[in-house]
Amino acid sequence: MSENSHGIGGLTFDAKKRAWPNEVNVLIALLAIIAIFEILGQLLPYMGNQSLLFDFDTGRDGTILNMARLKIIILQVSITGIIAIGATQVIISGGIDLSPGSVVGLTAMVAMSFAQTALVNGNPNPKAVFGDWAMDLPVIIPVMVALGCGIAAGMINGLLIAYTRIPPFIATLGMMVTARGAAKWWSKGQPISFPTEDFGAIGNGMSGWSPVVIFIGLAVLFHLILRFTVYGKHTYAIGSNEDAARMSGIKVDRHKVLVYTIAGMLAGLSALVVSSKGLTAQAGMGVMYELDAIAMTVIGGVSLSGGRGSILGTVLGALIFGVIISGFTYLKLDAYYQEMVKGVIIVAAVVLDQWRRQRAATNA
Amino acid sequence: MSDVILETRDLTKHYGGVHALQGANFTLRRGEHVAIMGDNGAGKSTFVRQITGVEQRTRGEIIFAGQPVHFENPMDARNAGIETVFQTLALADQLDVPDNLFLGRELIKFKLGPFSILDYKAMRERTLDALQKTGVKIPNIRGTIERMSGGQRQCVAIARTATFHSKLTIMDEPTAALGVQETAQVENIIRNLKEAGEPLILISHNMRQVMDLCDRIVVFRRGRICANLRKEETDGQDVVAYITGAKTQPEYADAM
Ligand SMILES: Nc1ncnc2c1ncn2[C@@H]1O[C@H](COP(=O)(O)OP(=O)(O)O)[C@@H](O)[C@H]1O
Ligand SMILES: [Mg+2]
Repeated sequence: MSENSHGIGGLTFDAKKRAWPNEVNVLIALLAIIAIFEILGQLLPYMGNQSLLFDFDTGRDGTILNMARLKIIILQVSITGIIAIGATQVIISGGIDLSPGSVVGLTAMVAMSFAQTALVNGNPNPKAVFGDWAMDLPVIIPVMVALGCGIAAGMINGLLIAYTRIPPFIATLGMMVTARGAAKWWSKGQPISFPTEDFGAIGNGMSGWSPVVIFIGLAVLFHLILRFTVYGKHTYAIGSNEDAARMSGIKVDRHKVLVYTIAGMLAGLSALVVSSKGLTAQAGMGVMYELDAIAMTVIGGVSLSGGRGSILGTVLGALIFGVIISGFTYLKLDAYYQEMVKGVIIVAAVVLDQWRRQRAATNA
Repeated sequence: MSDVILETRDLTKHYGGVHALQGANFTLRRGEHVAIMGDNGAGKSTFVRQITGVEQRTRGEIIFAGQPVHFENPMDARNAGIETVFQTLALADQLDVPDNLFLGRELIKFKLGPFSILDYKAMRERTLDALQKTGVKIPNIRGTIERMSGGQRQCVAIARTATFHSKLTIMDEPTAALGVQETAQVENIIRNLKEAGEPLILISHNMRQVMDLCDRIVVFRRGRICANLRKEETDGQDVVAYITGAKTQPEYADAM
């Protein structure tokens, strides 16, 4: 059969050598990491045969899985995971976005200012930002404000990158510093608190699962968009070969603005969830979120040189991240180790990405 | 309707101080296959980039199918019916064959602005048609370009021009990096175009190929056209003399 499939120049195609999707590798890594923690739980003397994910003895909630831990694992990566969905698109398009952490801070401040309730336990809201007109507004208003704020920040990033040709690293670094400054200016050094009940439900609804539902919902949506729409195809094409994309008539500049705008909007959504979940907004919110998000993407197999990766990979990358952080807590290891290991993982993922690319090039 | 499909008058491109293309007057008739030859850096690719809207000319006129044209971008040129195989191929390495064939003009199943839904099935089918039409064999069209040989890449780029009905095809050094068999493949594609009566501009350094495939040879030297030779009235040595500067045709001499 393969004899019939001669390519030109007598090249043959070996169907068996077809590379499997990279997401499979990430999934294997995730399972391997879980296995390591499970084994350590059994072997380390002080652990007393504990398990990270399973609940063998009683089946407290009728399942063999330890649902409480599972929830913690996903919940703690949901908020940065939403940002990682945007980071994935930006990185696939060949760019980078350092601003979402600061945009989260600014957006949380601004949105919370429109989400406050007039009376707290019968007393006037002690943290009121505006007058009575801004109290007890329908929840749609702070939501729109947050989306608008994120979109505006993302659009400025995109316009700077596409039309002034500043490298993305610099443009978004500028936004990172500026947005953080704006958040501090807005806060006047004070947190903004006491939102309406409806606003609080965004991040606390569904017995606390709502951040997970929002994260997974957005992930599914954008996975499908990247896979099945013109927007997705052009995002990969630009990251793969920008000149070719231009020559093929793709409006590269306009497309980049759209990609960064979407990333900004996702940062805005992330801000909504985090401020709603904590029922407060502070100017320092979201510090380092962008780095966690970038790490999740890279671990998930998105190539920093663009053109490669998927949202599914990023979600798996986020889970790896969550399992490692929870795993360290479960092994009762010091939090400092967590950060150090995070750093090592990021570098390892980038090294792996480079190695993979070299192999793809020489295997051609 | 005149039988001239493409004409340039005084076509000129300066990159800052670099005069890459100077006052090019060029004509191409319907059904005609013209070769452009010249040393590296002579301005051949620059000429192509002005015609195809990749860059904006410094001055001069381009008349295509009887109309003066000002292509803002390569898409304009394509929509007008000029298909180009660029020297740099313009392929996206991480995408597969149908993706590349339809890059920038994807087939749509459901229109939704930038979020329009792609019609993968139709694009795959038309890709197979185009490959068949050009006689190009690609073992697996779902494989990414980065896993293909130079010849296969070239064939994908050429098949792209065959996917769409065009009034003029331009190929910039399509066989420069290819082996013997692969070159023969590409030359077959060009012969098919000739039979179909589709005009072609072929940029090439391969004298045998040019003599085999083209009706006319236009020689570029240091940004200028220095000769316009009918195949019957010239030979390899003669052409080389024009390329190296040993000879210049009298009608182009004052400019050199
Ligand atoms: N974008 C550019 N900027 C400056 N100089 C250029 C640019 N593109 C081409 N050139 C110069 O123009 C001249 C003609 O180049 P080109 O058209 O690519 O030659 P060739 O005949 O080999 O295709 C060369 O000297 C080249 O260095
Ligand atoms: Mg050239």
